[in-house]
Amino acid sequence: MWDYTDKVMEHFMNPKNVGFIEDADGVGEVGSLACGDALTLTFKLDKDEKIVDVKFKTFGCASAVASSSVLTEIVKGMTLEEAEKVTNQDIAERLGGLPEQKMHCSVMGQEALEAAIANYRGKNGTDAVKAGNIVCTCFGVTDVEIKKVIHENDLTTVEQVTNYCKAGGGCGGCVGQIEKIIEEIQGQKAETKHAPPKTKPSKLTNIQKIQLIQQTINEQIRPALRADGGDIDLVDFDANKVTVAFRGMCAKCKMAEITMKDVVEAKLKEFVSEELFVEEQKDSVKPHEHREDNS
Amino acid sequence: MTTIYMDNNATTKVADEVIEEMMPYFGQLYGNPSSIHTFGGQVGKKIVEARQRVASLIGCQPEEIIFTSCGTESDNTAIRGALSLSGVKRKIVTTRVEHPAVVGTCRKLENEGYMLVEVGVDKDGNLGMDELRDSIDDNTAIVSIMYANNETGVIFPIHEIAEFVKSKGILFHTDAVQAVGKIPINLAESNIDLLSISGHKLHAPKGVGVLYVRKGTRISPFMLGGHQESGKRAGTENVPGIIALGKACQLAGDNIVDENTRVKNLRDKLEKAILTSCPDSFVNGNTKDRLPNTTNISFEYIEGEAILLMMNKFGICASSGSACTSGSLEPSHVLRAMGVPFTAAHGSIRFSLSRYNTEQEIDFVAEKMAPIVNRLRELSPFVKS
Repeated sequence: MWDYTDKVMEHFMNPKNVGFIEDADGVGEVGSLACGDALTLTFKLDKDEKIVDVKFKTFGCASAVASSSVLTEIVKGMTLEEAEKVTNQDIAERLGGLPEQKMHCSVMGQEALEAAIANYRGKNGTDAVKAGNIVCTCFGVTDVEIKKVIHENDLTTVEQVTNYCKAGGGCGGCVGQIEKIIEEIQGQKAETKHAPPKTKPSKLTNIQKIQLIQQTINEQIRPALRADGGDIDLVDFDANKVTVAFRGMCAKCKMAEITMKDVVEAKLKEFVSEELFVEEQKDSVKPHEHREDNS
Repeated sequence: MTTIYMDNNATTKVADEVIEEMMPYFGQLYGNPSSIHTFGGQVGKKIVEARQRVASLIGCQPEEIIFTSCGTESDNTAIRGALSLSGVKRKIVTTRVEHPAVVGTCRKLENEGYMLVEVGVDKDGNLGMDELRDSIDDNTAIVSIMYANNETGVIFPIHEIAEFVKSKGILFHTDAVQAVGKIPINLAESNIDLLSISGHKLHAPKGVGVLYVRKGTRISPFMLGGHQESGKRAGTENVPGIIALGKACQLAGDNIVDENTRVKNLRDKLEKAILTSCPDSFVNGNTKDRLPNTTNISFEYIEGEAILLMMNKFGICASSGSACTSGSLEPSHVLRAMGVPFTAAHGSIRFSLSRYNTEQEIDFVAEKMAPIVNRLRELSPFVKS
């Protein structure tokens, strides 16, 4: 059970400004059914660009509804310039705080407001395209959005980033990328843990090599393959020859096999030993052994 | 406000008779069942009785019962314990809808170098039997498949599966945590080698479980130390818990007909009433081979946590497969494996009844659901008003 403040529960049970303004000046739509929460925010301006009316519709949990409701209270009566300065923290604070894992609800509120303002400005000739490259494919989160939550909330761990914008909360394939972004922004403050050993162990016994190969496959290779519905097994190791088998989507896709073999080899060279080379076991693939994650 | 408890697949009320039976063993009867003196020995006798009661519920021999601390420990012990004696065989076959206790154990073993195959289910939650049969080969060390699903209540054809697995000479484990006490099980007529039970799912307290190990099945112990449980599970017995579980199993046996008639009828009545009063709602999972107490209903365009909190206002307890209730960001892996659309997976509610539910409670819940659903749909941007 979540530890919601009374304020959150009050806004959830009796939300303010529910609805949709038909002749709105700005419309902001964020989230999706797939993601588990979505918010449509509409506002009406007076001649001085002051928000005279604002309404929301939200699909989501109690904190999503409460964040939307309190957002409408915050911005009602504000000029657009003032509204632009509203952050997700303002929303969370006004609610007396949100559970850490629910902070993304406050971010969604802020993003809907931003989208609605952009929509209004777009109408008036300003370009308002959401820029950035997708980092988290599971939840469609861009590097721009990730950087923004890190900046505004002073985040230093991947877990926090996931709590604030969901990135990294699905298959986990983008965790490395998120760590890099945190390090770019926070430098020394970043509490990331990837850091591959810069100096490879110089002398390894065969058993140590096999263990390190298995570990590298588990940590560096398998998560990315799983994200695309594939998988990999370590089949054999003999005199620096690593035999692996690709399964699932990877096994079906012939092109991918070629590239994947190279990727695996590169990773193993990087993390274990330059001397390793990878061979693929072809005939072991059976059609049933696939793992399709429909996420 | 009175509590209306319809979350019995999560945990159950400890039966009054069970509490009465176990209480003395927290107090004056604190002896160690392993002791040689009468004071401890009388406790040992109660454990023998408890073992018999459990065995009689599932149709096995008392010496095939190992008491553990919970269902998760039983699952871990069964799978790891079997694999450590499986020699060169390196493959585990399971399903995509298992409880985290099995999923977590198997995924860890995969990281340790075992090959893992997770067999899929169809849209009604039925296991892909052809896929299962094709997955099992000479390299397979163990097959672990749940008896009945905790989220949808769908019952797998476990005896058929066990027979097939047995014919290949492979060990078969089933997580029967949701099934034991709800449907009749007779292990004497089955080829199941290992079966997990959790006490708190059948009106015993938390902190006690069982692993059934068919006579002749070799597994290496998970907990090492003393000679308790015939050396298969070391550690001083959870005496009150074990005695409680024995009593709970006896009561479950007494009530199994009621569970499959009256409780089932209540469930059916609730399900029908909700589907009738709430548009855009449907049941997840096949409704034929299903636990008598469970129904999993999706309400489209609204989110499960919000529904649960509204229900909570009326004292109604249930659970949801939505992402938000779990603290994870993705909805239930079971519903996703079934291909339930996201629109509906986020808005799924599981009602799981017990013999303590009444007709009045069913009527009350049925009446409250439509207003709750309608209210949340008014908030939803996906419902055009």
